[in-house]
Amino acid sequence: MKKIIVVGNGMVGYKFCEKLVASSESKNFKITVFGEEPRPAYDRVHLSAFFENQDAKALEMAPAAWYKENNIDLIVDEKVDNIFRTTKTIITAKSRQLTYDYLVLATGSSAFVPPIKGVEKEGVFVYRTIEDLEGMLGYAAKLKAKNPHARAAVLGGGLLGLEAGKAVMDMGLEPHIVEFAPKLMPRQLDARSSKVLQLKLESIGLNIHLNKATQQILGEEAIVGMEFGEEDILDVEMLVVSAGIRPRDELGVICGLTMGARGGIVVNNKMQTSDEHIFAIGEVALYNEMIYGLVAPGYDMADVAVNQIISKVACQMPDEIDMSTKLKLIGVDVASFGEPFMPASKGHSIIFENKTQHLYKRINISLDGKSLLGGILVGDASDYNMLHQVYLNGMKIPEDPSQLILPASEGGSSFGSVLELPDTAQVCSCESISKGDICSSITEGGCNNLGDVIDKTKATTGCGGCKPMVTDLINETLKSLGKEVKETICEHFDYNRQALYDLVKVSQVSDYEEVLNTFGKGHGCEICKPLVASIFATVTMETPNRQPTIQDTNDRFLANIQRNGTYSVVPRVAAGEITPDQLIVIGEVAKKYDLYTKITGGQRIDLFGAQVHELPMIWKELIAAGFESGHAYGKSLRTVKSCVGATWCRYGMHESVTFAIDIENRYRGLRSPHKLKGGVSGCIRECAEARGKDFGLIAVEGGWNLYVCGNGGATPKHAVLLAEQLDDETVVKYLDRFLMFYIRTAGPLVRTAPWLDKLDGGIAYLKQVVVEDSLGIAEDLEIEMQGLVNRYECEWKQAIESEEVMKRFKHFVNSDDTDDTIEFVPMRDQKKPKAWV
Amino acid sequence: MATIQVLQGFISLPKETYFYQPLKFKTMQEILEKYKSVSEENVNQWFKVGKTEDFPENTGACIKYKTKQIAVYNFVRTGKWYATQNLCPHKMEMVLSLGMIGDKDGIPKVACPLHKKNFSLEDGTNLAGEDLKIATYPVKIIDGNVYIGFLE
Repeated sequence: MKKIIVVGNGMVGYKFCEKLVASSESKNFKITVFGEEPRPAYDRVHLSAFFENQDAKALEMAPAAWYKENNIDLIVDEKVDNIFRTTKTIITAKSRQLTYDYLVLATGSSAFVPPIKGVEKEGVFVYRTIEDLEGMLGYAAKLKAKNPHARAAVLGGGLLGLEAGKAVMDMGLEPHIVEFAPKLMPRQLDARSSKVLQLKLESIGLNIHLNKATQQILGEEAIVGMEFGEEDILDVEMLVVSAGIRPRDELGVICGLTMGARGGIVVNNKMQTSDEHIFAIGEVALYNEMIYGLVAPGYDMADVAVNQIISKVACQMPDEIDMSTKLKLIGVDVASFGEPFMPASKGHSIIFENKTQHLYKRINISLDGKSLLGGILVGDASDYNMLHQVYLNGMKIPEDPSQLILPASEGGSSFGSVLELPDTAQVCSCESISKGDICSSITEGGCNNLGDVIDKTKATTGCGGCKPMVTDLINETLKSLGKEVKETICEHFDYNRQALYDLVKVSQVSDYEEVLNTFGKGHGCEICKPLVASIFATVTMETPNRQPTIQDTNDRFLANIQRNGTYSVVPRVAAGEITPDQLIVIGEVAKKYDLYTKITGGQRIDLFGAQVHELPMIWKELIAAGFESGHAYGKSLRTVKSCVGATWCRYGMHESVTFAIDIENRYRGLRSPHKLKGGVSGCIRECAEARGKDFGLIAVEGGWNLYVCGNGGATPKHAVLLAEQLDDETVVKYLDRFLMFYIRTAGPLVRTAPWLDKLDGGIAYLKQVVVEDSLGIAEDLEIEMQGLVNRYECEWKQAIESEEVMKRFKHFVNSDDTDDTIEFVPMRDQKKPKAWV
Repeated sequence: MATIQVLQGFISLPKETYFYQPLKFKTMQEILEKYKSVSEENVNQWFKVGKTEDFPENTGACIKYKTKQIAVYNFVRTGKWYATQNLCPHKMEMVLSLGMIGDKDGIPKVACPLHKKNFSLEDGTNLAGEDLKIATYPVKIIDGNVYIGFLE
């Protein structure tokens, strides 16, 4: 068995291991991997995702167990110090010595820190590893505690610098980008597209300083500013240096491998260094006198090295490496492919620019007008995958090439079907998956949907940029096989929720049975019943009391069923404002019925452990004291959380509590495809966490900023800006439209964030519909919402006043006994259900 | 006043008595073992549980027979009646009568309200093929009265 040592456990080093264990020869090799960082390889490309969840595990390429399962010795937190080529031995910082047959250097790169005076000061960071990020987060939190308006700068306006800019913005600091060159992303963009990108980034709050050469970093111990020249100073309290990368090539120097003049270990097209037993891959390798700072070429290098080692020598690195990229920078699409800056001698450029919408598209066409040589897209890169394929495969282009980038008129794209691509077209460049691989996984491999195809081929698991194209391919392939890809509710209805909603609305059917008989088949199920109930709730604003048996159990009993079959009770406490007298009533009721009480995440009080027959008694008392249902059990508006606002808070700009109460009361009882939560903050400190809600309002100078489609939960999402500086009336108008549009069009149990993700055109389209009324339905939506608001009725009040409804709140039909299997045990002076099993 | 006494009773319990969950496991197992499917020809005891109008349409309701809890389903769409144990075997909760009913590929079913496990109302099998099964009981309607069949 031959021994391989891999130095470096980053994305490329990991990919090498993955490819080797997947090869037929894997049993003949024993791999040992050294990583300098304290954790297994993680997805550095999506490092900024770390902010959303702070979950390093979610970024892992593979868990530590994976290495074990594949008989790989993974040694993290241990640096390799030296290589003795004559004895084929390495020695680590912890004095471990190991011999190898093949050595693979995948040490990657480090951030380049220019020698600026004062760059060693406290508060200066690089943006490279999870540890860097954690350091930044900790420092930013300290700054914000002292000064909520703290500013941070990023040195470098390239790709990584702008990513770092987003990170800084997400930390809540005022972001500044400082770039030496006269334009952003100088390597990828031309001057005009760079300007468009700059306008866009400025519009979302980034401050951009071009043509700035930093002379020194100011401050005693910690940074307080950057000096560009006399009288030209930027006050910042934190600096992230992102001025480029340097290969981590020290080992190559120490053991005497051939090096590039400006660093990097020289490799041939087999990824071999000047020592044939030592390979270098990824950002440490200098190939064709270039360091390739992208993940796709790194993965290709890993593949070549694996093939060379297992003696499949024909697999070599191509002479020309495709450096096309597409990325989302701070929510802005940016892509460049082929030759983005083509000299006029080689062809003609077609340019489309719209500065008002921050759009720029450029394609470069050969002189004969027959082939696409490259291009740049800013603001909307939805055509990138197709254009990139046309370029890579030398496909024919339309006689009028401008059709390739002009906004599609009617009937959509000018490309035709994705199925027209040649089978060899590489769709997922990170994983080298061709169109043929994807199609045959469906036609021959038995895959039926995106999930299956990802499991089988690994397509989309790298940068994820090819996902839209893979989805299109899957849908088109399924269609060509005669399989329908229609989204339907369940086996009883061949419609999606939106279609059924429209049918119920126009046909005036009266109840579920009629809907099932008219539009469906069979006898219904737990999926379509509550869905139809939700549609009825919107179309007729009926409460769950009218058709109780099609409701989810929670809605049927107007309470949340909990483990052990008891229920919890949540009265509405609009915006979290509650009087001492109301608190006393809740306390007394809880005491009387011996309920476990807890403050919820939505600023109200939950009472647990009620038995079904107790619910009406509890509610009679609560309603007598002026409470009403909090709808905590429904797929409906829950709460509108508020901070204390201008009434008490010395920073508050508007009265957030008052407005939150108004809004919560306006939409109380509103049924929707999934639960809805709102938030109102009185200033940008955002204490109400409004951007973690389905809709959020933040007070600013001149009104409210309205954010939509955020949530906490398993997949946290920040809400995105829909409109700025609105007065109260306009907020309500836009909210009416937004909520009604969501309720009408979302799938069942789809919250606003994933709904927006799937909405064609995304937030830009939603803005058009809600703000600009592009569909001409705004008035309709407002009228429909106003109708629902007018017809609101507390369903618990309705319930306790109806003898018929009261019959439901009984455990046995044939006995007045209660359920004797319910048992509680004490916990911290209250009670809890006796545990299962 | 009564509840307050109970509450005080809780607080005065010694700490070690808090940890007796295994007891429940045992008793729940025992409870589960009480429920065995009964076929119509083996019935020794037809027990009257109420009038047909006592049972809501197209859903379940719970009845008590000796120490057993039985869920009775009035499946109006097909004109059939079904009865099963009320205990969901997945997490041992007395909740099946609260579940929504319907069909899967024509097989009448109930979906547990807690985690939506689906059980056939015909033979009690789990419709996702999981190793969970509920007991079923025969139902007959005579003169507007609902009877459930038991062995004893």
